[in-house]
Amino acid sequence: MIGILFLCAALSVVVTIGIVLSLIPPTVEFFQEVDLGEFLTGTEWAPLFTPPKFGVLPIVAGTLVVTVCAIAIALPFGLGTAVFLSEYARPRIRKWLKPMIEVLAGIPTVVYGYFALKFVSPYVQDLWPIGDPPGVFNALSAGLVMGIMILPMVASLSEDALAAVPAGLREGAYALGSSKFEVASRVSVPAALSGIVAAFVLAVSRAVGETMIVLIAAGGTPNLTWNPGEAMQTMTAFIAAAGTGDLSQGSTGYQTIFAVGSLLFVVTFFMNVFSNRVVRRFREVYE
Amino acid sequence: MSLLEADAAAVTPLPRQSTGKRLADRAFWVVLFVSFGVAVVGLVALLWYVFDTGWPAFGGRLWRRFPSLDPEIAGARSAVFGTIWVLGITAALAVPIGIGAAVYLEEFASHDRWYTRWIALNIQNLAGVPSIVYGILGLAFIARGPLGLGPTVLTGGMILALLVLPIVIIASREAIRAVPPSIRDGSLALGATRLQTVRRQLLPAAIPGIATGVILALSRAIGEAAPLIMIGAFTYVPFNPTRLDSKFTVLPIQIFDWIGRPQEGFTQLAAAACILLLIILLFMNALAIWLRNRYQQRW
Amino acid sequence: MVSMESPDLGHGDPVRSAPPADIVLTREMQAESVPGAPEPDTRQVVFDIRGLDVHYGPVLAVAEVDLAVAAREITALIGPSGCGKSTFLRCLNRMNDLIPGARVSGSVLYHGLELYGPQIDPVEVRRRIGMVFQKPNPFPKSIYDNVAFGPRVNGQRRGLDDLVEHALARAALWDEVKDKLKKSALALSGGQQQRLCIARALAVEPDVVLMDEPCSALDPIASSRIEDLMVELKRDYTIVIVTHNMQQAARVSDRTAFFTAEIRESGARVGVLVEYDQTETIFTSPSDPRTEGYITGRFG
Repeated sequence: MIGILFLCAALSVVVTIGIVLSLIPPTVEFFQEVDLGEFLTGTEWAPLFTPPKFGVLPIVAGTLVVTVCAIAIALPFGLGTAVFLSEYARPRIRKWLKPMIEVLAGIPTVVYGYFALKFVSPYVQDLWPIGDPPGVFNALSAGLVMGIMILPMVASLSEDALAAVPAGLREGAYALGSSKFEVASRVSVPAALSGIVAAFVLAVSRAVGETMIVLIAAGGTPNLTWNPGEAMQTMTAFIAAAGTGDLSQGSTGYQTIFAVGSLLFVVTFFMNVFSNRVVRRFREVYE
Repeated sequence: MSLLEADAAAVTPLPRQSTGKRLADRAFWVVLFVSFGVAVVGLVALLWYVFDTGWPAFGGRLWRRFPSLDPEIAGARSAVFGTIWVLGITAALAVPIGIGAAVYLEEFASHDRWYTRWIALNIQNLAGVPSIVYGILGLAFIARGPLGLGPTVLTGGMILALLVLPIVIIASREAIRAVPPSIRDGSLALGATRLQTVRRQLLPAAIPGIATGVILALSRAIGEAAPLIMIGAFTYVPFNPTRLDSKFTVLPIQIFDWIGRPQEGFTQLAAAACILLLIILLFMNALAIWLRNRYQQRW
Repeated sequence: MVSMESPDLGHGDPVRSAPPADIVLTREMQAESVPGAPEPDTRQVVFDIRGLDVHYGPVLAVAEVDLAVAAREITALIGPSGCGKSTFLRCLNRMNDLIPGARVSGSVLYHGLELYGPQIDPVEVRRRIGMVFQKPNPFPKSIYDNVAFGPRVNGQRRGLDDLVEHALARAALWDEVKDKLKKSALALSGGQQQRLCIARALAVEPDVVLMDEPCSALDPIASSRIEDLMVELKRDYTIVIVTHNMQQAARVSDRTAFFTAEIRESGARVGVLVEYDQTETIFTSPSDPRTEGYITGRFG
C-alpha cells in the first residue's frame, strides 16, 4: 500500500521527466537540421513555409512585447491593490475580498481572449494616439487584458507576503510617528519585498506561458517589432497554431514545436524555481 | 486646574504634521485606491461585456443543439458533454493519485531524504509549467508516440489530470497537515497502524480541505483549452462522446472556434457559451467556499 | 455605572483611584531615586486621564480610569493578565486608533491638551510619545537605519550620524555596536535588540516613553540592564511601563497603578484601576484588599 502511495508521489517526477523527454529528442533532431546560431539570432520566422526560415527572434519579441504590456498593468496595480488590502482594508472586508479576487483569477483564459478581441481592441484602435491605428489583432489588446488577468494573482500573492510581515514591525513604525504611507513604503513593503518579487516573477512566468489570449487577440503573424500596436505571434501562440495544423511526425516543421517548447519550458521553469526559492527563504525569515 | 494650565503653557503645543507629509499620505491613499479600482473595473467590465453580448443568445439550445455552420441553430451540446467526460476522467485520475501522493509525502516520507525534498520541490515547479507545455507532452507521448491514443476524450482527460495534479497534491497536503497531531497520536496510541490511522482518522478529518482543493483544481481544468488544442481536439464535433476513445470537443475550444468565425451570430454564441462556463465555475467555487466554511474546523 | 457593580464583589465602596490633585511627591523620594541629579520639576503633570473607557467593538475592555502621570518619573502599571493595562497604555499614544473597532472615550490630557481632541494628529502624538514593545521589533534593516528611521520619517536629513550615536549611547548600546552600525539589526541578541528599540524611540526626541512589558521576552541579565537604563532615562523622560513582574515594578518605579479585571453582572470582564499610589505604599501598605492579594501572591 505504501508502495502505491510512493508511486503516486513519484508520478510527479515522471511527469517532469516525461516533459523533458518529450522535448529533448525532437529538439535535438531539429538542431541537426537548423543551425543554433540561426535559430537564436535570425530575424525571420517562417518554419512552415518553403523555403523555411528559422529565426526565433520575432516570436520571442512578440512574447516580450505582450508580457511587458501585461506586466505594466499587473505589477503596479496588483501591488497597489495588495497594499490597499493589507494596510487599509479592515480585516472583515479583506476576508471577503481575498476569496473574490481568487475566484476572478480563475476565469478561463478564452473568456479573457474574447474580451480582448471584441471589447478592448476597438478601444485600442479608437484611442491610438500616433500614426496609423492598429488592426483588430494587436499585441497591446492582448497584453492589457493579460495584465488584468494576472493582476489578481499578483495582488493575492503580494498580499500574502505583506500579511506575513509581523504586526510588531508596523506598530514599531507607527510608534515613531510614521504616517500610513511611511509605514507601507519604508517598513511593510521592504520587509515583504522578497515575497513580492517572487509574486512578480511568477506573474511574468504566467504571462510568458499564457496561450489563449494571444492566440485569440494578438494575431498570428510573426513580426519583429517593438510596436505593441502591431499584430504579433508569441511563442505559445506559435506552438498552439502549429499543433492544430496536421503536421506529420518527424518533419522539421513538427520538430519546431518542440524546439520552441523547449525554449518556453526552460525560461518559465527557471523563473518558477527562482520564485519558489525566494518564497521559501522569505518564509524562513519570519516563521 | 491652575496647575495643568500652567503646564500647558510650558510645553509647545502639538503641531499638525507637516503639509508635505499629509499630502504624501493622502496621495498614497488615492494611488492605492486607484489601483484597487483598476482591478475591480477591469474585471467588472469583462463580466459586464460578456453578459451583455451573450445574454440574448443564452439559453437551452446551448446544451440541446449540436454545433452547426448556421449560427441561428448552432449549440454546444457536444462541447458540454465533452467537458463533462473530460472532467470526469480528469477527476478519476487526479483525485486518487493526488491524495495518494499527498498522504505519502505527509505521513510516510522521511523528510530528511533528498528524494522526498526533490519530489516536493518538483511538484511546486510543475504547478508553474505553462499549460501548453502539457499539451506538448500529450502530443508527444499520449496522443501520438508511445501511447498513441489519438485525440480522444481519454487523452484529454489524462493531460488535464497531469496538469491539475500538482494543485490537488498541494491542497491535499495542506489539508492533511492541518489535522492536529493529537488526533494522529491518539489513534496510534490505541494500537492502530499508520495506514489505519490514515484511513480512519486523517482522511475523514482532512476531506473538506481536500474537496475544496479538488474543486479548485477541476475549475482550473474546465477552462483549459490550449493543451487540448495541441493534441488535436476538434472544433467541430456534431456528436457526444460515448466511449473513452471517442473524439471530443470542450466548451473553451468551442468558444475559441466561435470567436474565430466572422458571423455576428457566432460572436454572440461565443459570449453565451462564456456565460455558461462562468456560471458552472461560479457554482463550483461557491461549493468550494461553502465546503470550506461549513466544515472548517477550529482545532 | 457604579450601581452596576455586583454587590458580592464589593469591598466596601468602589475604590476611587487617586485624583490628580494627589500628586505630591516628597523631595526625599526624588533624591533617593536619582542621587546627585539636579532637582527636576517633579510637580509637572504629563498625563491627566479622567473617566477613560476603551471599547473593542461592543465590548467594554477598560472602564473609568482616572490617573495622573508625573513628569520624569517611572510609573508602573501592574495587574493580572487581561486587566487592560496594555490597552490603557496604548491609549496614551493613540496606538489603539490602529485597531479596527477600538473606541476611546473620556479624557486624556497631555500637558493639558486633549489627546483625543479634533485638532490632534495621532501621527504627531506618537512622535512625541514613544513606545517600546513587549517583543523586540527591530526593522529588518541595519542598526543605523533602525535608529535613523524616526528622524528620517520626521523629515530630518542632516546630522543623522550624531543623532544615531547619541541615541545609541543613551540606550547604553553604542559601545557594543559602534563597529557594526551597517550590520543587520536582526543579528543582535534579544536584549540588544530591545535596547536598540529604546534607542530608536529616543532618536525622535520624545517627551514620554511608553514601555509595554519591555523585559518579558528577555533573560534576567538583559532585563536588569534595561531596568538600569530606565532609571537612567527618567532624568530626561517620563516613562510609563506595563510589567508582569512585580519585583521589577518595585525596583524601578516611583508610582504604581494596580489594575484588575472585574467580572460585571453581564459576565463581561472589564479592566479597572484599583489603586494608584507611590510604589512604596502600594507594596508595603496597599489600601485595597485586592491589591494586597495580588502583591502577596493571592491573585485576586
